[in-house]
Amino acid sequence: MPAKDPTRCHVNATELPVIDHSPTPAQWFLPRQSLQTLLDQLQRLGYEVVGPRIDQAAIVYDQIESVDELPAGWTDLQSPGQYRLQPRADDALFGYVVGPHSWKKYLFPPLVNLMRSTKTTDGWQMQDEPQEPRRYALLGVRACELAAIAIQDRVFLSERYTDPLYQQRRHALLIIAVNCTQAASTCFCTSMQSGPRCTSGFDLALTELPTGFVVEIGSPGGQAVADDLPLRPATEQERESSSLARKTAFDQITRQLDTTNIRDKLMTRLEHPRWADVASRCLSCANCTLVCPTCFCHSVDDVTDLTSDEVIRQRHWDSCFNMDFSYANGGAVRDNVRSRYRQWLTHKLASWIDQFGSSGCVGCGRCITWCPVGIDLTEEVAAICSEPST
Amino acid sequence: MTNNPWLSQVATVESVTQEIDSVATYQLRLDDPRAAQRYRFQPGQFNMLYLPSCGEAAISHSGPPSHDGNRFLHTIRFVGRVTDSIAKLQAGDQIGVRGPFGSAWPMRQCVGQDVVIVTGGLGLAPLRPAIYHLLQGRVDYRRVILLYGARSPGLLLYRREMESWQQSGLEVHLTVDRADIDWDGAVGIVPLLLDRLEGLRPDQTQVLTCGPEVMMHYAALAAVRLGVPKSAIWLSVERNMQCAFGMCGHCQLGPVFVCRDGPVFRYDQVHQLLKVRDL
Ligand SMILES: Cc1cc2nc3c(=O)[nH]c(=O)nc-3n(C[C@H](O)[C@H](O)[C@H](O)COP(=O)(O)OP(=O)(O)OC[C@H]3O[C@@H](n4cnc5c(N)ncnc54)[C@H](O)[C@@H]3O)c2cc1C
Ligand code: SF4
Ligand code: SF4
Repeated sequence: MPAKDPTRCHVNATELPVIDHSPTPAQWFLPRQSLQTLLDQLQRLGYEVVGPRIDQAAIVYDQIESVDELPAGWTDLQSPGQYRLQPRADDALFGYVVGPHSWKKYLFPPLVNLMRSTKTTDGWQMQDEPQEPRRYALLGVRACELAAIAIQDRVFLSERYTDPLYQQRRHALLIIAVNCTQAASTCFCTSMQSGPRCTSGFDLALTELPTGFVVEIGSPGGQAVADDLPLRPATEQERESSSLARKTAFDQITRQLDTTNIRDKLMTRLEHPRWADVASRCLSCANCTLVCPTCFCHSVDDVTDLTSDEVIRQRHWDSCFNMDFSYANGGAVRDNVRSRYRQWLTHKLASWIDQFGSSGCVGCGRCITWCPVGIDLTEEVAAICSEPST
Repeated sequence: MTNNPWLSQVATVESVTQEIDSVATYQLRLDDPRAAQRYRFQPGQFNMLYLPSCGEAAISHSGPPSHDGNRFLHTIRFVGRVTDSIAKLQAGDQIGVRGPFGSAWPMRQCVGQDVVIVTGGLGLAPLRPAIYHLLQGRVDYRRVILLYGARSPGLLLYRREMESWQQSGLEVHLTVDRADIDWDGAVGIVPLLLDRLEGLRPDQTQVLTCGPEVMMHYAALAAVRLGVPKSAIWLSVERNMQCAFGMCGHCQLGPVFVCRDGPVFRYDQVHQLLKVRDL
């Protein structure tokens, strides 16, 4: 047989699967009953494994020790302002999309001590607050969430300033991604080019099938974990099934956000009447910023012991929807909901591009689902951008 | 050494100079001699000053940029929680310092040019390092002009220094909103002084302005009317800031982080943004 010319395509185009255009990476198969082996091994390697589990009628991210804790047989129904869990017909372990939590709580925790001042006989000593190093293995990271982590990397690990806690946790992180095999009505990752397929930024990526998982290896760290797993090469049929399962998610995505020229479109429509319209519905509750996997705004406060001799500076999540957020010179710069919603939306979709070189939105839909009044940013953007600039 | 940008260094108050009502200048020294030796700042930059259990405030340098961490000045108005507590500090007391942060006045662009400083109220404090710098290398610049206004004569800052500044080649024009019996200077808002300036070479002028946002707005408009290009007008913007290095999100003005990309901006880069209400 003559050697194939690697620069030429030898497959008849009509035989190609329709969905995955990237070169097919090596794919392996992990039987369903061996998923626990993976968890055990991660724990042996010193990782704290966190993953999805059910808490208070929602799928959240929390410490996971056993596969039994995963939400087997559950799915989520999502629409603007609504989230409901519902049993599935099968016992899939990852048969839902994203919930109210995001992984940012592990890399950028809601509350962190930054420094400590101690009053001594020689006066104040100001010291770093030692951070216990954490080694997290995240199980079940979706494509949009990989994109969100990459976005927060650019915020917290910039060239000039790095957040030490984020840096430590990020470098020690192991990511086990899961490809979505279904989508919610609120998902629009395809518009944001962030999913539904996990293409990079993971150590291992799984696609769930009824009998187990098709596994892709994304890094040397992932390879090291995979080396000790009972993996075998995925069969042609398993690969095809996984490809079909991923296509289902892709096909279910209906929501869209037109990102063409969106930065200029929004920034030239800062006086559009729609801002006042959305402000009349928005409660300024900050839910959207809390659930968003990329929102990073925070504030710092002091906490003191009774004697005031020991003072800790604490960082906590904050939101541009809070009035005090822009307080200066005796008043808030954004003292009305219109300007605060406008700040949030234009930051996410427009000025983020100037600041960090990409959109601040990955299309996960959380802010749509968890908005108590069901405000949908894709609708707001469409309304604002449909008319000529003001 | 730590790479924690949140960590304050302990500094000691060397002296306190009462300036005007509710405003004082603090001379500080970093306690760690090595850090003090290394410390440098440029005119226009600021520090985060910290009092444990009270909080932090962004405060500009107001002293000569030749100073290092053994001796630097901050002029502070007491307006609230943090600054009112700073008001209680005396020589020998300690304070936390993080910095310096932010962009600087365009001292290099001023070389060979007329330099007009337009400022009101406490806005003179962040410009004083620039004045020291300009007067120190006075031969490098053409005219150096200070247009300075306050609500009343008693609220004009650094008046004791004005004479020596004039002797060093600074043209000083003062104005107040409300005169008292001893006042024989101009009355009216600062931008009017700019309108009245004669003999300016607008195409070879740099305008540096700092003060309330409305004042800077009218100062910039007046400068543009005189023919100064927008790209030769510089202003210093204030916003709430918690981190001072572009991470906390508070100081955003559209695409810019005021703490990191500013506080000193070129007018042409921000004038559209400053025009938008509540941005
Ligand atoms: C770059 C920059 C340089 C500054 N330089 C000086 C200076 O040289 N001298 C001086 O007296 N003041 C200066 N300010 C203003 C000074 O930061 C505020 O007056 C101070 O933060 C008020 O804090 P407070 O707690 O005393 O007042 P409060 O009214 O109790 O304020 C509460 C909090 O709101 C925020 N805040 C309130 N006002 C401002 C403000 N104007 N700017 C930013 N954050 C604010 C702070 O986080 C403050 O802790 C500067 C501000 C900025 C942004
Ligand atoms: S803005 Fe909304 S859809 Fe976009 S990443 Fe944040 S939560 Fe998800
Ligand atoms: S958009 Fe919705 S979730 Fe966000 S602040 Fe307004 S009401 Fe709350």
